[in-house]
Amino acid sequence: MAKLIQGETGEWEMVIGMEVHAQVIAKSKLFSGASAQFGAEPNTQVSLVDAAMPGMLPVLNEYVVEQAIKTGLGLNSKINNTSVFERKNYFYPDLPQGYQISQFEFPIVGEGTIEIDLPDGTTKEIGITRLHLEQDAGKSVHDQHPTKSFVDLNRSGCALMEIVSEPDIRGPEEAAAYLSKLRMILRYLGTCDGNMEEGSMRADVNISVRKPGEKLGIRAEIKNVNSVKAVQQAIDFEVARQIEILEDGGEVVQETRLWDPAKQETRPMRSKEEAHDYRYFPDPDLLPLHVSNDQIESIKTTLPELPDEKKHRFMNEYGLSLYDSSVLIAEQRRADYYETVANDNDSKLAANWVINELLGILNKNETPLADSPVSAAQLAGLIGLISDNTISGKIAKDVFAEMYASGKDAAVIVEEKGLKQVTDTGAIEAVIDEVIAENPDNVTAYKGGKDKLFGFFVGQVMKKMQGKANPAAVNEILKKKLG
Amino acid sequence: MSMDEKTIRKVARLANIEIADHDVERIGHELSGILNWVEQLGEVETENIEPLANVVNIELPLRKDEVTDGNCAEKVLANAPEETQGFFVVPKVVEQEG
Repeated sequence: MAKLIQGETGEWEMVIGMEVHAQVIAKSKLFSGASAQFGAEPNTQVSLVDAAMPGMLPVLNEYVVEQAIKTGLGLNSKINNTSVFERKNYFYPDLPQGYQISQFEFPIVGEGTIEIDLPDGTTKEIGITRLHLEQDAGKSVHDQHPTKSFVDLNRSGCALMEIVSEPDIRGPEEAAAYLSKLRMILRYLGTCDGNMEEGSMRADVNISVRKPGEKLGIRAEIKNVNSVKAVQQAIDFEVARQIEILEDGGEVVQETRLWDPAKQETRPMRSKEEAHDYRYFPDPDLLPLHVSNDQIESIKTTLPELPDEKKHRFMNEYGLSLYDSSVLIAEQRRADYYETVANDNDSKLAANWVINELLGILNKNETPLADSPVSAAQLAGLIGLISDNTISGKIAKDVFAEMYASGKDAAVIVEEKGLKQVTDTGAIEAVIDEVIAENPDNVTAYKGGKDKLFGFFVGQVMKKMQGKANPAAVNEILKKKLG
Repeated sequence: MSMDEKTIRKVARLANIEIADHDVERIGHELSGILNWVEQLGEVETENIEPLANVVNIELPLRKDEVTDGNCAEKVLANAPEETQGFFVVPKVVEQEG
């Protein structure tokens, strides 16, 4: 689904790579014992290491290393036995060290790949270039004072994973699908909460355009793209901007640009020319990090079933479509819910009910699945009643609405309201005779060829029976009687 | 290796150090001396030799993921030229780098 853009001089292809910064779930920071929790009073979660006081030494958090390895395995990536922490040098008030400890030449995780699910029901592989560990910076607040900035170092030194993709992404939908899948994998693994609003996951997007088949164009790096929607909007804007420049005979400047969500545009950051001269060198305070194959293997045994594995299992085991499977695996809780409902029930019917009815009403009410008034076991009970012909699918929708409102079991509601389906053919036949007797004109018209009137008769019968008649039986008997 | 004026000024800017015009030549001379001295290492044959991170055979020490530090905002802010409500206060900076 490589989306091509029609310009004045022909079609253009966009080439996109993403760098995602994901805050690692851990109690303490990457190199210090200060808390990594979000939302504390300013500068209360800062050790003298994080504040870069002279003589302080960084000591690596072993759990963060495990989390990075776990994530690398989840991205089907190679784990490097040796990796090296280096200093990336630049000045900014929220970076007290004057350098960020990061990994450059030798990252902890190397090449890998993930599968993304596209809106047209196809999948695509996106290459992962690398994942490395680095320190987060502090936070600057610019809007509290006309001439001053306020700096809080609580986030300074928290562990980040920077996950870099290959430039395999070809459009805004693919970029959105990549980001969603990556977030899903991190959440399944429990290595990052994926919360883009709180900034625990942030994306930079590298974009260039070219005529299909030609060599790569010059790229711009877009920063400050902090939601899946913003990624799509920023790509749309930036691609149009670059095509316009190229078609007017100009050249794209390799630069860092900021996405402005209010103005819906990207604009260049007023960076100095040496902004990218980071002078990386191995941090003399830290030895190379060694991880053994045994360690990697033992972490491998702790991996949960990952989204794509689950997706393929749902397709094979339950016979679901790629689309339904990818909707159901989007959250681990949702997948678990579905499996409870599907257990002992028609798996496709279960998928329809979870996706269309349950998720439909939950989304409408902005209620998370965790707070669903209808439990998985209760929904399974309702579907059981449809499958054994106790109630019709149509009545089931009313029962479901009642379950959602009251939290009662389906069987209880069916009993209380007397909604049990009538399958007694004698009773149905009696009502059909009544309807035929009451509508002689329509009977004549139907027999004269107005086939559409069949629905009218079904409707009349259902109405008289408060919708409780078994639809298959009604159809069959009606056909016979109207002959 | 000797450093020209342009390189001296660039290094100074990268290091956020102000150099007076009349000092550029002298500093260039000094830095060139240091570089030439270090450059003698280039005489050692290092083909096919792994970089050595440390001369003693120790592994990188690791720590458990436990909160053992922090809660010392007063100490952290003690040297700040200006602070308010627990924040460091600095001249306004608008752009984010890095």
